[in-house]
Amino acid sequence: MSNSARRRIRGVAVLTAGALLGLGLTACSSGTSSTDSSSGSASDDTAAGAAALDAALEKGGELTYWTWTPSAEDQVAAFEKAYPNVHVTVVNTGGANDNNTKLQNAIKAGSGAPDVVQIEYQSLPQFVLPGDLLDLTPYGFADLESKYTAAGWGAVTTADGIWALPQDSGPMALFYNKTVFDEYGLTVPATWDEYIADAKKLHAADPSKIFANDPGDAGFTTSMIWQAGGRPFVSDGDTVTINLQDEGTKKFADMWNQLNEAGLLGDIPGWSDQWFTALGDGTIATVVIGGWMPGVFESGVPDGKGQWRVAPMPQYSAGEDVTANNGGSSEAVVKQTKNPELAAAFLRWLNSDQASIDVFLASGGFPATTADLESADFLGYESDYFGGQKINEVIVDSAKHVGEGWEYLPWQSYANSIFNDTVGKSYLNRSDLNEGLKSWQEQNVSYGEAQGFTVKTS
Amino acid sequence: MSTAAAPPTLRRQRRSFVGLWFVSPFLVVFAFVLITPVAYSIYLSVFRDRLVGGRSFVGLDNYAQLFADPKFWDGLGRVALFLAVQVPIMLALALVAALAIDSGRLRGSSFFRIAVFLPYAVPGVVAVLMWGFMYGDQFGLAANLNDLIGSEVVQPLTPQWILIAVGNIVTWEFVGYNMLIFYSALRAIPVDLYEAAAIDGAGSWRVVLSIKLPALRQAIVIATIFSIIGSFQLFNEPNILRTLIPSVISTYFTPNMYAYNLSFAGQQYAYAATLAIVMGVVTAVIAYVVQLRGSREADLR
Repeated sequence: MSNSARRRIRGVAVLTAGALLGLGLTACSSGTSSTDSSSGSASDDTAAGAAALDAALEKGGELTYWTWTPSAEDQVAAFEKAYPNVHVTVVNTGGANDNNTKLQNAIKAGSGAPDVVQIEYQSLPQFVLPGDLLDLTPYGFADLESKYTAAGWGAVTTADGIWALPQDSGPMALFYNKTVFDEYGLTVPATWDEYIADAKKLHAADPSKIFANDPGDAGFTTSMIWQAGGRPFVSDGDTVTINLQDEGTKKFADMWNQLNEAGLLGDIPGWSDQWFTALGDGTIATVVIGGWMPGVFESGVPDGKGQWRVAPMPQYSAGEDVTANNGGSSEAVVKQTKNPELAAAFLRWLNSDQASIDVFLASGGFPATTADLESADFLGYESDYFGGQKINEVIVDSAKHVGEGWEYLPWQSYANSIFNDTVGKSYLNRSDLNEGLKSWQEQNVSYGEAQGFTVKTS
Repeated sequence: MSTAAAPPTLRRQRRSFVGLWFVSPFLVVFAFVLITPVAYSIYLSVFRDRLVGGRSFVGLDNYAQLFADPKFWDGLGRVALFLAVQVPIMLALALVAALAIDSGRLRGSSFFRIAVFLPYAVPGVVAVLMWGFMYGDQFGLAANLNDLIGSEVVQPLTPQWILIAVGNIVTWEFVGYNMLIFYSALRAIPVDLYEAAAIDGAGSWRVVLSIKLPALRQAIVIATIFSIIGSFQLFNEPNILRTLIPSVISTYFTPNMYAYNLSFAGQQYAYAATLAIVMGVVTAVIAYVVQLRGSREADLR
């Protein structure tokens, strides 16, 4: 995983996929050790919990919110206007990696953590597992479930509680530079075979062009494995199964090997200055990435205006329709908070109140709320940057076909940090990605065992 | 004990007590900034933190694990190689620059002195980013060079070249600093020595060999020790370059990077503390040996 502090949104996790949807989540709250004691009087009555939040908002107080969402300042300004008694200090943590490091340190130190914090879906388990986050069930948050997509809600809940509220999501799509495609007579690929054929055609025509840029990126690889049907990580309590040679993982690796071993993958690190330049000047022809990318294009790649278009993610065989998520964040309340009710109330407003979501959408964010995903305004939005294309139609369609049952590791951010030590070598040597994936698995198995998990490999 | 013997004992105790007050400001700071962190690290290093099961006492297990850890040896070997190659080159360059300035034969020597020293004043992060751009084989200076000679020879950001590329940055950054140490030592040489040498008919090279270099011995020992410490602590340069080439520079490229990634990415604080203590001991031992050797040879003269 690239260490760029600018990385805005990364990874998506489903803490424990499947089983959590539709189960009575409120029922799970009673008796869990992680329920905050100060709210004990309300823990069995979600209506009372919700009312307590309203009271807290009236009473007011001070909160700190750590985030790297571009619209955070504006959202907080709108919040303070609606609830003048509450003052929220926004701290921009710069990006997911720095944010995680700072949060981890503050939690370790026992003080200095914010009340509310942005956490990527894929990093949630790292904080949920040791009990660093506040269970939001006692405050009536279960009633909010219907507002979010199943994948989003699944990513922030476990059988033990509700740990965060979804902010955005990243269903994957194919972004391509139409100017380059037209110039070299490329057709928009519907399958990965066509994608590879296009890559070869462009390379033959102009070797300085990069059809696909992938220097080795954990977030991208896991999302691609997700689409291919691989489910390499499965957690069940303290037992974790890691199999980076399951059918879907191999399917992805074998397909991507055709580009990697042929030297057709560009090695420009994502989120670097070079990357933004290469996206703007037609060097990079395609990006397969999460649906939040249009916002990044507009703010980071002004030169690409009018050139880029969005198409559905390529499939393994024609007629299929399976996608995956890539990136996405949630906000959570840190257990250290001195004012859990006020923090929860702010969080509830931040990620479920329409006034807040409207500010978020205006900045180019891709929502996790179903009402916004299905609204005519959102679907019909014609993006100037994308030459007037109705980009949200494509991305929302992708959101509906995200493969089910994907899970990340409970230590995904560490796993990602050693991705380039292992799989990165296969990219560097242009050799079989399966070998790199095997070595990534080995190191994760020993890390998991050192962390006290029971790790299985099949 | 006889009563007669008591008063002197009391007085002696009193005297040492008063002395303590004089050194107490130092002792408090010393205890706070040095003893406490080291003691805490040692304390940490005998525990193990787990996501499942929390903290437990493991005795010396962390040390045993570290000495059997190929990643640790990989990083340590790399900085040792770096030390053996980069430090002599850097110190030799600094020495030549200092002697040149001191020779008085240089036109615009004060400009030269500032120019050589200037890179030290550039913040390390900025320096690495700057070199990172130049090293880039797609848009950078390296790309232009390759275009010029029509080949792909210059690729500083590949596994074969990367240590040299890092060494180049570090040398660029610290030649001026070491030059200044040498130069100030040279300025401290009494002028009568030069006059005596001139009367004896010694040429410039004889003066350098017989007066300047011997006088520089202590300064060279000090600069060497600083450089040894710097090499073992190598972190900034590779860690920032890593954002450009994550697959070329591993998370355990140097022991310090390994400790950093263990604690901040892997939450293995105890293991990282173990590594830090071992590296501290290794550095201290090597620096001490150099100092001992340097000063003994000085005594022999």
